[in-house]
Amino acid sequence: MSIADTRARASRLRPLGRMVAVRVLGVLGVLFALSILVFSMMYLAPGDIVKNLLGNRPANPEVVAAVREQYRLDDPVVVQYLSWLKGFVTGDLGVSIRLQQPVADAIGDRVGITLALCLLAFVVAVVSAVPLGVRSAVKAGGWVDRTGNAMSILGLSAPTFAVGLLLLYVFAYYLPIFPVYGGGDGGIDTLRHLVLPAVTLALGLGAIIVKLTRTAMLRELESDYVTFARSRGLGERLVRRIALRNAAIPIVTGASLVLTFLVGGTVLAETTYALPGLGTLLQDSVLFKDIAVVQSLTLLVAVVIAAIALIADLTYILLDPRVRRQMGAAS
Amino acid sequence: MSDIRVIGVAAVRRRRRRLPIGVAVAMGVLALAVLAAAFGKAIFPDAMHQDILASTLPPGSPGHPLGTDELGRDVLQMAIAGTASALVGPVIVAIGSMLLGVVMGTLAGYEKGWLDTLISRWTDLLLAVPVLLAAIVVSGVMGGGYWVTVALLIVLFSPSDIRIVRAGVLEQSARPYIEAAQMLSLSRWRVMFRHILPNVTSLVVTNMMLNVAFALVAFSSLSFLGVGVAPGTADWGRQLTDGRAIMFQNPAAVFVPALLIVVVAVCVNLVGDWIGQRLSQVGEEVR
Repeated sequence: MSIADTRARASRLRPLGRMVAVRVLGVLGVLFALSILVFSMMYLAPGDIVKNLLGNRPANPEVVAAVREQYRLDDPVVVQYLSWLKGFVTGDLGVSIRLQQPVADAIGDRVGITLALCLLAFVVAVVSAVPLGVRSAVKAGGWVDRTGNAMSILGLSAPTFAVGLLLLYVFAYYLPIFPVYGGGDGGIDTLRHLVLPAVTLALGLGAIIVKLTRTAMLRELESDYVTFARSRGLGERLVRRIALRNAAIPIVTGASLVLTFLVGGTVLAETTYALPGLGTLLQDSVLFKDIAVVQSLTLLVAVVIAAIALIADLTYILLDPRVRRQMGAAS
Repeated sequence: MSDIRVIGVAAVRRRRRRLPIGVAVAMGVLALAVLAAAFGKAIFPDAMHQDILASTLPPGSPGHPLGTDELGRDVLQMAIAGTASALVGPVIVAIGSMLLGVVMGTLAGYEKGWLDTLISRWTDLLLAVPVLLAAIVVSGVMGGGYWVTVALLIVLFSPSDIRIVRAGVLEQSARPYIEAAQMLSLSRWRVMFRHILPNVTSLVVTNMMLNVAFALVAFSSLSFLGVGVAPGTADWGRQLTDGRAIMFQNPAAVFVPALLIVVVAVCVNLVGDWIGQRLSQVGEEVR
């Protein structure tokens, strides 16, 4: 009923708004399906469900009763799921059996370092990879192009942890410039601890971004408007700036590729350098079968990915004047 | 005029026949890796034999050119014996996801309609799933071993195959020869798999090679995180993970398997790219 209502309202909106509404509904649908999968993890894990939820706590009747009450195990599955989902939406993520603290607190303690790591890696990757990709495309076949290509094959073929261990050995042990393990005690010290992990992550990220940029830029430079601009006598710098702005569209839509790499890469980089972030939290919880934490983290990552993919899609509309004009013409 | 054309064609042909040096080296490395995978365990059956009294030896120790780990296992022997486990999984994943991609991609591209919509939405969904995260969570929580990981990666790797095959089939099915085949009232299966499929082979094979490299990296990443390969198995990823504890006493314990993973992945990429270029050139010539 409510979906039909929303649809009816959406059709009255302008086409742009309607497209946005359709996309948002689609994303919500996917997240809904995913939340059911994540919830069923509790039942799919091998072993007795109550025992899994108890962990190392003694299994006396009161504690068992408390767990059954907390997860509503005596109610129908649908009720269990809805109460679990309500908890997730309102920030009540259950209790970690490994850490003996609320999952929300455990995540809150570690989210900062993971965000800092991802942001740093992303900035390093973009700042170094986009100019390299542009240069490779402009002088296709030249030495910059060939070196860049070799680097990006290496960046894609070398597992994040292998790069990490190598950097760790060289720059923390052989030449003790950076600290070996851990997250530091905040501020500048933490930043120092994050340099090597961020560079490690940035290599893989950069490899993807160089490839995306080069392909997109090559296509733009071969198109008619560039030939036309050149024949009108526009400077090469200006031509390149215009081409890069148009090439930004496929680069931004490739963001989901970058994002899925970043999620896996963060887990590996944090494990390699023993950083106390969300990646190590996930890995430890998986090995310990701390299901409440694994469920929360999985769904949280899914929400973040969906949100960023949505933003990338909408940016695509804003970036491309052709798409915007089509939207206007269709109304 | 005609002379120039003949010379041109001959030059092109000569260039095509010559094997680039990098690709030749990569093929040699892969051949060695295949040999090691086939016979490694038979040559060194005791590679994983532990000796609690032994201690870590650095590289260059007598009898152990690359040293040993803290359980007295020879790093070189372990690396050779671990080739099979490191390569078999990724190759099966690449072949499996290719088969899945060929069937689903051909159906989606040729039949179109609701089937196409369904398959395309499914691939969109899978493409948004971080492979490593899904594999950690599923095989970690379910306690799945090596083969569960293989099955999972086949599904997670298939979207790229499905998309590529679908795009190729869409492009081919608009061509006159397909119309001709349809006019002969050949069965749709025959049109799909006997007439269209051979023309998209180059795309499929190239992507399969790329997937071998990605799967190799994915497998070793999972072993690094303690998921997928059981402890005590001869496997590059496992060896590397175990070697971390003694990284500063014997760096070879970590960097030999790491280097092997990187080198094999790079070689597979190089050979894959080259096969892709060759096949697409052959295709253009026939057309």
